[in-house]
Amino acid sequence: MKKTTALALALLIAFPVSSALAGPSRGQALAANCAPCHGTDGRSLGTTPVLAGASRGDFVQRMQEFRAGTRASTVMRRHAKGYTDEEIVQLADYFSALQR
Amino acid sequence: MAMNRRQFLKGSAAGLALPLFGCAGVASKGAGPRVVVVGGGFGGATAARYLRLWDPGVDVVLVERNARFVSCPLSNLVLGGSRSIEQLTFSYEGLERKHGVRVVQDEVLAIDAARRQVRLQSGEIGYDRLILSPGIDFLYDQIPSLDNVQAREQIPHAWKAGPQTVALRRQLETIPDGGVYVIGIPLAPYRCPPGPYERASQVAHYFKQAKPRSKVIVLDANPDITSKKGLFTKVWSERYPGIVEYRPNSKVIEVDVAARTARTEFERVRADVLNIVPPQRAGNLARDAGLLTVDRRWAGVDYLTYESNAVPGIHVVGDAISAPPTPKSGHMANQQAKIAAAAVLALLRGEPVNPDPVFANTCYSYVSDKDAAHVAAVYRYDKAKQALYTVNGTFGVSERASEQEGEFANAWARNIWNDALAT
Ligand code: HEC
Repeated sequence: MKKTTALALALLIAFPVSSALAGPSRGQALAANCAPCHGTDGRSLGTTPVLAGASRGDFVQRMQEFRAGTRASTVMRRHAKGYTDEEIVQLADYFSALQR
Repeated sequence: MAMNRRQFLKGSAAGLALPLFGCAGVASKGAGPRVVVVGGGFGGATAARYLRLWDPGVDVVLVERNARFVSCPLSNLVLGGSRSIEQLTFSYEGLERKHGVRVVQDEVLAIDAARRQVRLQSGEIGYDRLILSPGIDFLYDQIPSLDNVQAREQIPHAWKAGPQTVALRRQLETIPDGGVYVIGIPLAPYRCPPGPYERASQVAHYFKQAKPRSKVIVLDANPDITSKKGLFTKVWSERYPGIVEYRPNSKVIEVDVAARTARTEFERVRADVLNIVPPQRAGNLARDAGLLTVDRRWAGVDYLTYESNAVPGIHVVGDAISAPPTPKSGHMANQQAKIAAAAVLALLRGEPVNPDPVFANTCYSYVSDKDAAHVAAVYRYDKAKQALYTVNGTFGVSERASEQEGEFANAWARNIWNDALAT
């Protein structure tokens, strides 16, 4: 029981805090959908394209082309169709603001 | 390195926890809420990382019983011989070092939802919110002879990656040319819908190179191939003719362990390597916490928060939940973890949660050492029905497996591992 209290107490004192409570913006939450393939924050480790630092205009255009089926793709034509115009702009804003 | 039980206790009891966590700044007592995440697979590890990424003011403790993460995705390639289990094994160090997640290697004994406490072997941890990612456990009452450790050494499931995967590969290596590999597939839903068919393809790939007179027999409890049907049918007839034989409606109801024989309603099938994937339900922790509200097998959750619909304060993600029409996959666990993490942060602040979540799935399957194919879809939430649905036009499967998609599948694996573990 004593052990238990010590453990609980240590847990209470020791955690690192660096800011007030925050949370993801809508763009950030949407962008997290792309991370399994494009890497966390679009910094891909493999042959899938890096999205961090993309040009906003190119990004929107490519997403719309994937959606329309006018741009060749393996899987992006499926993913791009899942998002509204507004969401694509939010994604573009988020990724284009990141450092490559 | 993740703390083991003793280090964790020592550090805590001595009040020296800070150096172990290696992060600057010490909170005053009770300064911020604590989220405990139980289970360090794709769901739990991702949830822990994103909680801290999105809100460094939250104390996040990840409890996992294993010292290392071993990826189920790509583990069929270990059976095919093109990957080693080491290449799929990762530490939890990145979560501690880069994100200040406190990783505790310990066994959860019980969850006390009324007191909001998790009881570990090393003591108790209180939580403001709990995210549980317990994975699956097996319904051995449906195949009683496999309900013991010795039987499982001889007849591995290899449906949790690790020693079972290595044991199955070793068996495949030892059998002579002309031997028979039999895989038994349970009725859906089960973890990783295309996984068993990918596995049959991987074993066939290995046989074609090393033991060309050997056979793969697929005993499927389902009336048909449950995922990527056209793709696998084509792969087996074009790439592995005479090697793979598919038998639908062939539920394995009992196993003769010593004779390596599977029994279905209609026949007995003898194997040199017998690989039975038993039927599944949510992991034991979810059952013991009273969360299995769907068919007494799966945890029912609210799809805006992933909070259990049975026990408040416990959010459940991953293969343990019922979330039709989405599949039980690592990719889904990754996406659920992020929605749950965002919702938990909002709830802790007393703010509304995102009412319109959108998320996606992709499962890549390798049909040889290089070529892969995908199934993908995007999902949304229907408020009126309180259910998930597939967005029109997003669902689809590759027409054929290709080397290009093999490379994308590899990129997917590297990125999703890193997304979960900050490797
Ligand atoms: C299943 C993996 C996967 C997911 C998930 C995914 N992508 Fe992609 N993405 C790819 C692949 C692969 C390509 C290359 C084109 C192709 O073959 O589909 C690509 C290409 C792109 C491109 C073109 C980049 C260029 O420079 O040509 C953009 C833009 C893009 N993706 C955006 C996104 C966004 C935004 C999301 C999330 C909403 C997303 N992707 C989710 C796999 C994925």
